Amino acid sequence: MTLFFNVTLLVLLIMTAAGAILVKDLISSVLILGSYSFLLALAWAWLGAVDVAFVEAVVGSGLATVFFLLTLFGIAPKDTRIRRPAPPMIALLGLPLLGLLLLYAAEDFPRFGNPESRASVHVSPEYLKNSLKETDTPNVVTAVLMDYRAFDTLIETAVIFTAGIACALLLRRNRQ
Amino acid sequence: MIHAHDSAIVRTMSRLLIPLIQLFALYVLFFGQYGPGGGFVGGVMLGASLILGILVFGPEASPCRLAQKVIHGDGIGLMIFAVVGGLCLIGGGEFLNYANLEIPWVESDSRRRYLGILLTQIGVAIDIAVTAISIVLSLSLIDDSEESHA
Repeated sequence: MTLFFNVTLLVLLIMTAAGAILVKDLISSVLILGSYSFLLALAWAWLGAVDVAFVEAVVGSGLATVFFLLTLFGIAPKDTRIRRPAPPMIALLGLPLLGLLLLYAAEDFPRFGNPESRASVHVSPEYLKNSLKETDTPNVVTAVLMDYRAFDTLIETAVIFTAGIACALLLRRNRQ
Repeated sequence: MIHAHDSAIVRTMSRLLIPLIQLFALYVLFFGQYGPGGGFVGGVMLGASLILGILVFGPEASPCRLAQKVIHGDGIGLMIFAVVGGLCLIGGGEFLNYANLEIPWVESDSRRRYLGILLTQIGVAIDIAVTAISIVLSLSLIDDSEESHA
Protein backbone atom coordinates (compact mmCIF):
# COMPACT_ATOMS: atom_id res chain seq x y z
CA MET A 1 0.00 0.00 0.00
CA THR A 2 2.83 2.38 0.91
CA LEU A 3 4.65 1.50 -2.30
CA PHE A 4 1.51 2.22 -4.32
CA PHE A 5 1.15 5.61 -2.62
CA ASN A 6 4.81 6.49 -3.18
CA VAL A 7 4.82 5.53 -6.84
CA THR A 8 1.62 7.52 -7.45
CA LEU A 9 3.11 10.52 -5.65
CA LEU A 10 6.32 10.34 -7.67
CA VAL A 11 4.49 9.99 -11.01
CA LEU A 12 2.21 12.92 -10.15
CA LEU A 13 5.25 15.01 -9.10
CA ILE A 14 7.02 14.39 -12.42
CA MET A 15 3.79 14.98 -14.38
CA THR A 16 3.03 18.30 -12.69
CA ALA A 17 6.65 19.45 -13.00
CA ALA A 18 6.66 18.66 -16.73
CA GLY A 19 3.22 20.22 -17.12
CA ALA A 20 4.29 23.47 -15.48
CA ILE A 21 7.14 23.74 -18.00
CA LEU A 22 5.32 22.55 -21.13
CA VAL A 23 1.97 24.34 -20.82
CA LYS A 24 1.36 27.24 -23.22
CA ASP A 25 -0.19 29.75 -20.83
CA LEU A 26 1.53 31.36 -17.84
CA ILE A 27 -1.57 31.33 -15.63
CA SER A 28 -2.07 27.58 -16.12
CA SER A 29 1.64 27.15 -15.49
CA VAL A 30 1.37 28.96 -12.14
CA LEU A 31 -1.62 26.88 -11.06
CA ILE A 32 0.14 23.63 -12.00
CA LEU A 33 3.20 24.84 -10.09
CA GLY A 34 0.97 25.31 -7.04
CA SER A 35 -0.26 21.71 -7.25
CA TYR A 36 3.35 20.59 -7.75
CA SER A 37 4.28 22.35 -4.50
CA PHE A 38 1.43 20.62 -2.69
CA LEU A 39 2.58 17.20 -3.92
CA LEU A 40 6.13 18.09 -2.94
CA ALA A 41 4.85 18.92 0.55
CA LEU A 42 3.34 15.42 0.72
CA ALA A 43 6.71 14.01 -0.32
CA TRP A 44 8.49 15.96 2.44
CA ALA A 45 5.96 14.74 5.00
CA TRP A 46 6.48 11.16 3.82
CA LEU A 47 10.26 11.58 4.28
CA GLY A 48 9.66 12.74 7.87
CA ALA A 49 10.51 16.44 7.37
CA VAL A 50 7.23 17.76 8.73
CA ASP A 51 8.43 21.34 9.24
CA VAL A 52 9.70 21.57 5.67
CA ALA A 53 6.43 20.08 4.42
CA PHE A 54 4.48 22.68 6.36
CA VAL A 55 6.49 25.57 4.88
CA GLU A 56 6.28 24.10 1.38
CA ALA A 57 2.50 23.72 1.61
CA VAL A 58 1.91 27.21 3.00
CA VAL A 59 4.48 29.17 1.00
CA GLY A 60 4.90 27.14 -2.18
CA SER A 61 1.31 26.33 -2.98
CA GLY A 62 -0.30 29.22 -1.11
CA LEU A 63 1.57 32.49 -0.93
CA ALA A 64 3.80 32.12 -4.02
CA THR A 65 0.80 31.22 -6.18
CA VAL A 66 -1.07 34.30 -4.98
CA PHE A 67 1.94 36.53 -5.73
CA PHE A 68 2.39 35.02 -9.22
CA LEU A 69 -1.31 35.35 -10.04
CA LEU A 70 -1.51 38.95 -8.85
CA THR A 71 1.52 39.79 -11.01
CA LEU A 72 0.00 38.04 -14.04
CA PHE A 73 -3.35 39.80 -13.63
CA GLY A 74 -1.48 43.09 -13.57
CA ILE A 75 0.11 42.65 -17.02
CA ALA A 76 -1.41 42.53 -20.50
CA PRO A 77 -3.06 39.20 -21.59
CA LYS A 78 -0.78 38.83 -24.62
CA ASP A 79 2.26 38.71 -22.33
CA THR A 80 0.97 35.63 -20.50
CA ARG A 81 1.26 33.45 -23.64
CA ILE A 82 4.55 31.60 -23.97
CA ARG A 83 6.14 31.29 -27.38
CA ARG A 84 8.66 28.49 -27.14
CA PRO A 85 11.24 27.81 -29.84
CA ALA A 86 12.22 24.18 -30.48
CA PRO A 87 15.06 23.02 -28.19
CA PRO A 88 18.50 22.74 -29.83
CA MET A 89 19.84 19.29 -30.75
CA ILE A 90 22.71 19.45 -28.26
CA ALA A 91 20.25 19.88 -25.37
CA LEU A 92 18.16 16.90 -26.49
CA LEU A 93 21.28 14.73 -26.62
CA GLY A 94 23.22 16.15 -23.69
CA LEU A 95 20.56 16.40 -20.98
CA PRO A 96 19.58 12.68 -20.94
CA LEU A 97 23.27 11.83 -20.70
CA LEU A 98 23.63 14.25 -17.78
CA GLY A 99 20.59 12.66 -16.14
CA LEU A 100 22.10 9.19 -16.49
CA LEU A 101 25.34 10.49 -14.98
CA LEU A 102 23.42 11.92 -12.00
CA LEU A 103 21.52 8.64 -11.52
CA TYR A 104 24.85 6.78 -11.59
CA ALA A 105 26.28 9.16 -8.98
CA ALA A 106 23.15 8.82 -6.79
CA GLU A 107 24.12 5.19 -6.15
CA ASP A 108 26.91 6.44 -3.90
CA PHE A 109 24.58 8.35 -1.56
CA PRO A 110 24.16 6.83 1.90
CA ARG A 111 20.92 4.90 2.36
CA PHE A 112 17.95 6.91 3.62
CA GLY A 113 18.02 7.15 7.40
CA ASN A 114 21.47 5.55 7.67
CA PRO A 115 22.79 6.38 11.19
CA GLU A 116 26.42 6.02 10.01
CA SER A 117 26.20 8.61 7.23
CA ARG A 118 28.30 11.75 7.40
CA ALA A 119 25.35 14.06 8.04
CA SER A 120 24.16 11.94 10.98
CA VAL A 121 27.46 11.77 12.88
CA HIS A 122 28.66 15.39 12.71
CA VAL A 123 26.67 17.90 14.81
CA SER A 124 23.14 16.50 14.73
CA PRO A 125 23.70 13.97 17.58
CA GLU A 126 24.68 16.88 19.83
CA TYR A 127 21.48 18.75 18.96
CA LEU A 128 19.32 15.66 19.40
CA LYS A 129 20.89 14.82 22.76
CA ASN A 130 21.09 18.27 24.31
CA SER A 131 18.39 20.48 22.82
CA LEU A 132 15.60 19.44 25.22
CA LYS A 133 17.88 19.83 28.24
CA GLU A 134 19.37 23.14 27.13
CA THR A 135 16.36 24.91 25.62
CA ASP A 136 13.23 23.20 27.06
CA THR A 137 12.04 22.83 23.45
CA PRO A 138 10.86 19.35 22.40
CA ASN A 139 10.89 20.24 18.67
CA VAL A 140 14.56 20.00 17.69
CA VAL A 141 13.99 21.84 14.41
CA THR A 142 12.71 24.93 16.20
CA ALA A 143 15.55 24.78 18.73
CA VAL A 144 18.17 24.59 15.96
CA LEU A 145 16.55 27.31 13.83
CA MET A 146 15.87 29.75 16.62
CA ASP A 147 18.66 29.12 19.11
CA TYR A 148 21.68 27.25 17.78
CA ARG A 149 21.40 28.88 14.35
CA ALA A 150 19.63 32.08 15.43
CA PHE A 151 22.04 34.30 13.53
CA ASP A 152 21.14 32.64 10.21
CA THR A 153 17.46 33.12 10.98
CA LEU A 154 18.04 36.78 11.83
CA ILE A 155 19.68 37.35 8.45
CA GLU A 156 16.89 35.42 6.70
CA THR A 157 14.35 37.66 8.38
CA ALA A 158 16.35 40.67 7.19
CA VAL A 159 16.27 39.26 3.63
CA ILE A 160 12.48 38.95 3.72
CA PHE A 161 12.18 42.46 5.12
CA THR A 162 14.38 43.71 2.27
CA ALA A 163 12.19 41.91 -0.27
CA GLY A 164 9.11 43.70 1.05
CA ILE A 165 10.86 47.08 0.99
CA ALA A 166 12.16 46.47 -2.56
CA CYS A 167 8.65 45.58 -3.81
CA ALA A 168 7.22 48.72 -2.25
CA LEU A 169 9.99 50.90 -3.71
CA LEU A 170 9.61 49.46 -7.23
CA LEU A 171 5.82 49.21 -7.47
CA ARG A 172 4.53 52.16 -5.44
CA ARG A 173 6.65 54.76 -7.19
CA ASN A 174 3.84 56.08 -9.39
CA ARG A 175 1.34 56.47 -6.62
CA GLN A 176 1.68 59.91 -5.13
CA MET B 1 -6.23 46.99 -8.84
CA ILE B 2 -7.96 44.38 -6.72
CA HIS B 3 -11.75 44.74 -6.70
CA ALA B 4 -14.16 43.37 -4.13
CA HIS B 5 -15.70 40.01 -4.95
CA ASP B 6 -19.50 40.15 -5.34
CA SER B 7 -20.33 36.46 -4.84
CA ALA B 8 -22.27 35.90 -1.60
CA ILE B 9 -20.84 32.38 -1.24
CA VAL B 10 -17.25 33.60 -1.39
CA ARG B 11 -17.90 36.48 1.02
CA THR B 12 -19.72 34.33 3.58
CA MET B 13 -17.17 31.56 3.42
CA SER B 14 -14.27 33.98 3.86
CA ARG B 15 -16.01 35.57 6.83
CA LEU B 16 -16.08 32.11 8.37
CA LEU B 17 -12.62 31.04 7.24
CA ILE B 18 -10.51 34.09 8.06
CA PRO B 19 -10.88 33.86 11.87
CA LEU B 20 -10.27 30.10 11.72
CA ILE B 21 -7.07 30.61 9.70
CA GLN B 22 -5.90 33.26 12.15
CA LEU B 23 -6.65 31.02 15.14
CA PHE B 24 -4.73 28.15 13.52
CA ALA B 25 -1.85 30.51 12.67
CA LEU B 26 -1.56 31.57 16.31
CA TYR B 27 -1.73 27.92 17.39
CA VAL B 28 1.07 27.03 14.96
CA LEU B 29 3.13 30.02 16.11
CA PHE B 30 2.91 29.28 19.84
CA PHE B 31 2.95 25.50 19.46
CA GLY B 32 6.06 25.57 17.26
CA GLN B 33 8.23 24.53 20.18
CA TYR B 34 6.24 21.34 20.73
CA GLY B 35 5.23 20.31 17.21
CA PRO B 36 5.80 21.21 13.59
CA GLY B 37 5.49 24.87 12.75
CA GLY B 38 6.97 28.00 14.24
CA GLY B 39 7.41 31.66 13.49
CA PHE B 40 7.83 31.36 9.74
CA VAL B 41 4.75 29.25 9.02
CA GLY B 42 2.65 31.07 11.60
CA GLY B 43 3.58 34.41 10.08
CA VAL B 44 2.81 33.27 6.55
CA MET B 45 -0.59 31.96 7.62
CA LEU B 46 -1.40 35.14 9.54
CA GLY B 47 -0.48 37.13 6.44
CA ALA B 48 -2.45 34.77 4.19
CA SER B 49 -5.63 35.25 6.22
CA LEU B 50 -5.38 39.03 5.83
CA ILE B 51 -4.53 38.63 2.11
CA LEU B 52 -7.70 36.55 1.69
CA GLY B 53 -9.61 39.46 3.23
CA ILE B 54 -7.98 41.91 0.81
CA LEU B 55 -8.73 39.70 -2.21
CA VAL B 56 -12.37 39.11 -1.27
CA PHE B 57 -13.48 42.41 0.22
CA GLY B 58 -11.16 44.74 -1.73
CA PRO B 59 -8.25 46.71 -0.28
CA GLU B 60 -10.37 49.68 0.81
CA ALA B 61 -13.14 47.81 2.63
CA SER B 62 -13.64 47.98 6.38
CA PRO B 63 -12.67 44.33 7.16
CA CYS B 64 -9.23 45.14 5.71
CA ARG B 65 -8.56 48.11 8.01
CA LEU B 66 -6.16 45.94 9.99
CA ALA B 67 -4.19 45.00 6.86
CA GLN B 68 -3.83 48.65 5.87
CA LYS B 69 -2.68 49.66 9.34
CA VAL B 70 -0.35 46.73 9.63
CA ILE B 71 1.92 47.75 6.74
CA HIS B 72 3.07 50.77 8.71
CA GLY B 73 4.72 48.26 11.01
CA ASP B 74 7.22 47.07 8.41
CA GLY B 75 10.45 46.26 10.25
CA ILE B 76 8.98 45.90 13.74
CA GLY B 77 9.37 42.12 13.57
CA LEU B 78 13.02 42.35 12.56
CA MET B 79 13.51 44.89 15.34
CA ILE B 80 12.01 42.53 17.96
CA PHE B 81 14.44 39.83 16.82
CA ALA B 82 17.46 42.15 16.90
CA VAL B 83 16.44 43.72 20.23
CA VAL B 84 16.24 40.28 21.86
CA GLY B 85 19.77 39.70 20.57
CA GLY B 86 20.86 43.07 21.94
CA LEU B 87 19.31 42.33 25.35
CA CYS B 88 21.47 39.22 25.47
CA LEU B 89 24.49 41.48 24.91
CA ILE B 90 23.32 43.75 27.73
CA GLY B 91 22.90 40.70 29.95
CA GLY B 92 26.59 40.02 29.58
CA GLY B 93 26.74 37.30 26.94
CA GLU B 94 27.07 36.85 23.21
CA PHE B 95 24.62 38.26 20.66
CA LEU B 96 21.51 36.01 20.53
CA ASN B 97 22.71 33.79 23.37
CA TYR B 98 19.35 33.69 25.15
CA ALA B 99 20.82 32.26 28.35
CA ASN B 100 21.90 35.82 29.19
CA LEU B 101 18.43 37.35 28.91
CA GLU B 102 17.72 39.11 32.18
CA ILE B 103 14.19 38.11 33.10
CA PRO B 104 13.80 38.42 36.89
CA TRP B 105 11.31 35.62 37.60
CA VAL B 106 13.12 32.97 35.54
CA GLU B 107 15.90 31.01 37.21
CA SER B 108 17.12 28.32 34.84
CA ASP B 109 19.11 28.88 31.66
CA SER B 110 16.93 26.47 29.68
CA ARG B 111 13.78 28.41 30.58
CA ARG B 112 15.49 31.65 29.45
CA ARG B 113 16.40 30.03 26.14
CA TYR B 114 12.79 28.84 25.81
CA LEU B 115 11.50 32.38 26.28
CA GLY B 116 14.14 33.73 23.91
CA ILE B 117 13.01 31.29 21.21
CA LEU B 118 9.38 32.29 21.80
CA LEU B 119 10.12 36.04 21.55
CA THR B 120 12.22 35.72 18.40
CA GLN B 121 9.55 33.51 16.82
CA ILE B 122 6.96 36.23 17.43
CA GLY B 123 9.38 38.68 15.78
CA VAL B 124 9.81 36.45 12.72
CA ALA B 125 6.04 35.93 12.45
CA ILE B 126 5.29 39.66 12.56
CA ASP B 127 8.01 40.42 10.02
CA ILE B 128 6.78 37.80 7.54
CA ALA B 129 3.08 38.58 7.91
CA VAL B 130 3.68 42.30 7.37
CA THR B 131 5.96 41.66 4.40
CA ALA B 132 3.43 39.34 2.73
CA ILE B 133 0.62 41.89 3.07
CA SER B 134 2.90 44.71 1.93
CA ILE B 135 3.91 42.80 -1.22
CA VAL B 136 0.27 42.03 -2.06
CA LEU B 137 -0.74 45.66 -1.60
CA SER B 138 2.23 46.73 -3.77
CA LEU B 139 1.24 44.25 -6.49
CA SER B 140 -2.37 45.43 -6.36
CA LEU B 141 -1.16 48.85 -7.51
CA ILE B 142 0.48 47.62 -10.75
CA ASP B 143 -2.25 48.21 -13.33
CA ASP B 144 -3.75 51.03 -11.30
CA SER B 145 -0.94 53.35 -12.37
CA GLU B 146 -1.14 52.19 -16.01
CA GLU B 147 -4.85 52.95 -16.17
CA SER B 148 -4.25 56.49 -14.99
CA HIS B 149 -1.60 56.96 -17.71
CA ALA B 150 -3.80 55.60 -20.50
